[in-house]
Amino acid sequence: MDIALGIVYFAAGLMFTAAALLAVSRIVRGPSILDRVIASDVLLTTLLLAIGAEMVINGHTRTIPLMVVLAATAVFGTIAVARYVSKQDKPATDEPATDKPIPDEPALDIEEGSGK
Amino acid sequence: MTFDDALDLAAAICLLLGAFLSLAAGIGLLRFPDALSRLHAATKPQVLGLLFIVAAIALGSRSMAALLALLPVLLFQVLTAPISAHMVGRAGYRTGNFRRELLIVDELENAVDKASREADAAGEPVEDRGVGPAPTS
Repeated sequence: MDIALGIVYFAAGLMFTAAALLAVSRIVRGPSILDRVIASDVLLTTLLLAIGAEMVINGHTRTIPLMVVLAATAVFGTIAVARYVSKQDKPATDEPATDKPIPDEPALDIEEGSGK
Repeated sequence: MTFDDALDLAAAICLLLGAFLSLAAGIGLLRFPDALSRLHAATKPQVLGLLFIVAAIALGSRSMAALLALLPVLLFQVLTAPISAHMVGRAGYRTGNFRRELLIVDELENAVDKASREADAAGEPVEDRGVGPAPTS
């Protein structure tokens, strides 16, 4: 029983680590600021879940206040960035795998320099 | 197998499911082609994954007080995750930060065109229709 639980805990830790690393790699690679803000949101969520998982594994409930604060304030960063994204943040080209050009004009015509 | 063992096992399963959702979000972030589909992957662990982890904590500590302390976590996350996802999705659409050829249907296009024409007719400056707060529509 204990060995099985140990394996489960190890697998969970491995998954959290992989998720955090993948999110960091997306933050680094971009290509647009929105991709980065989404990835940092995932990183924060992973942190929140990992804190909770640590409580389960070590059998205590001392970091619950940390979870409350993280859950309550996680939204601010995302909203602040999303509010001020401008058209210039559109990536020139996407991943190398996609050769098709990105359609140039979105539905809404925003003049250069607006949205700042 | 005692009842305690069963509870521990249930907590471990919830933990594994939460971790799996988190990993799925990470893989989705890396593999999906544009910001809007990445957003789809990213919002999965924010609610369901957290629900699993909270269930795991409550099952593992076997205390009502812990569960009551964790309810605000769920409440905050359920209230704020849709807001942030909406803001990001909205900014993504308005800045053209998605690949149109991947869309099957674009129901927003007509509405945005209409709002844009109405704003033109009313002579509103273009700056007012940027990425900021929504126009009248």
